[in-house]
Amino acid sequence: MSKAIKKSPWVVHFNCNSCNGCDIEFLACLTPTYDVERFGVLHVGNPKHADVLVVTGSVNNRNKHVLKNVYDQMPEPKVVVAMGACPATGGIFADCYNVIGGVNKVIPVDVHVPGCPPKPEAMMDGIIEAVGILEKKRKGETVDAPVLPVKVVKGPEAPPMTPEMQAKIAAAKAAAAAKAAAAKAAAENQPEAKAE
Amino acid sequence: MSMLVPFGPQHPVLPEPLQLRLELDDEKVVSAIPVVGYVHRGLEKLAEQKDFIQDTYLIERVCGICSFQHSMAYSMGVEEIMNIEVPERANYLRVIWAELHRMHSHLLALGLLADAFGFENLFYTIWKVREEIMDAMEATTGARVMLGACCIGGVRKDINAEQAKFVLEKLANFEKDFKRPAEVILGDYSVKERLCGVGIIDGKKAYELGTVGPALRGSGVAKDHRMTGYAAYGKLGFEPVVENDCDCYARTKVRVRELYQSCELVKAALAALPEGELKTPFKGNPLGEAAVRVEQPRGEVLYYLRGNGTDKLDRLRIRTPTFANIAPLLNMLVGCGLPDVAVIILSIDPCISCTER
Repeated sequence: MSKAIKKSPWVVHFNCNSCNGCDIEFLACLTPTYDVERFGVLHVGNPKHADVLVVTGSVNNRNKHVLKNVYDQMPEPKVVVAMGACPATGGIFADCYNVIGGVNKVIPVDVHVPGCPPKPEAMMDGIIEAVGILEKKRKGETVDAPVLPVKVVKGPEAPPMTPEMQAKIAAAKAAAAAKAAAAKAAAENQPEAKAE
Repeated sequence: MSMLVPFGPQHPVLPEPLQLRLELDDEKVVSAIPVVGYVHRGLEKLAEQKDFIQDTYLIERVCGICSFQHSMAYSMGVEEIMNIEVPERANYLRVIWAELHRMHSHLLALGLLADAFGFENLFYTIWKVREEIMDAMEATTGARVMLGACCIGGVRKDINAEQAKFVLEKLANFEKDFKRPAEVILGDYSVKERLCGVGIIDGKKAYELGTVGPALRGSGVAKDHRMTGYAAYGKLGFEPVVENDCDCYARTKVRVRELYQSCELVKAALAALPEGELKTPFKGNPLGEAAVRVEQPRGEVLYYLRGNGTDKLDRLRIRTPTFANIAPLLNMLVGCGLPDVAVIILSIDPCISCTER
């Protein structure tokens, strides 16, 4: 049984709050050109049959219960793969009023695949990595938490400016001012030259 | 006695979360209630917070399937407000990418439809053909889904002679490889059993309910916004594809015929591609309002924009084709059997992410 899981991980796909870009690329993975089925990956509709949950898109207040429900129905051991920028941090939609943020606010994520949308090759790489983690989990080994592809820094939480950064900005401003003054001087000189 | 069956939001045939609460009498659908909001993000509001140039790339992400046409519609709106004249070459390039997007979207829809009635082999074959179109898009813009090629005043990328040759090769491959799947989806006995006479909506009713796109043209109404000749469609000579059977089979047939038509449009646009600038430079901020319509793979999309003279828009409103098609869909579902529900839903090719934004 456990050997079978390693050889053939079954995948259930849930579109959380996605724009479809990642979903169609994930479906393209299943089709003959990329064909993840050669690694034994089978796309199933029922979370009760699945070992790997592929999530696309960020989480909102409406679908967070559905996502939690799908996740809870999956048997242990299970792995969550977050496809794209949105399930990592909210992506381009992070500032939308109805977006809570990344998928990791609701369920634990094991693999993040960066990109908007990621290429099918990157998605296959993510799924193969997930199979490795699934094997570790089955043996009861500890699994490291994944590193997010980007750090989210929103307005109020942005770090204060260091003196070096301030000096750099002041120097850049001074250089720009000097350049503008030189350009102005050149412009003033030119008409005189013409007049002469 | 009737009972209520939830269809979705997580369902094997639906790539996107849409829930339909089906009221069933035995196996027959009495009524259907759509439950939406699973992919609502609040994009229209976010577009008011970002500046109008950033919005081009935000609006491309309204939907991943017809992304280029969304950014094109938005750019056309801003161009109308600011009186920017788009260079002729940019108009032709827009038509090329828009039609490539329509082709990949129709192939995707036909594949998912095949999957919905359980013909998995056909699904895989059609999606294999679709990769030819994806290659053509990747070769010309560097991306498969989010092209990022459209910008206000024109386009950001160009197609040179070598790329044009590659696109033509890919289109020739498409025509060769799609021949067999097209024969199967239109001629196979078992496919016809699932599609013919299912999900009927007559032309008058479809028009009254505001149906758009292939769903309307499958009911015998010749309405396609490309007929108005925006971008370069006017110069390429465009005739809408119309079928009269009003059922799922007619809508599928419209898509198959439109695929070949789009292929011809791309070829014609590549042949007639004029020399010139790619982009008109502009200054200032939009002040005023505009409403723009563009024909997407699923039908007509309406963009309403209002600018107030600052770099942020006052209001952006998007009315997407699937939103218009939900009312006819509920009408088609009444009286059908439970096994046909998935086929009927996919015959209008729903895009929920567009609808809820």
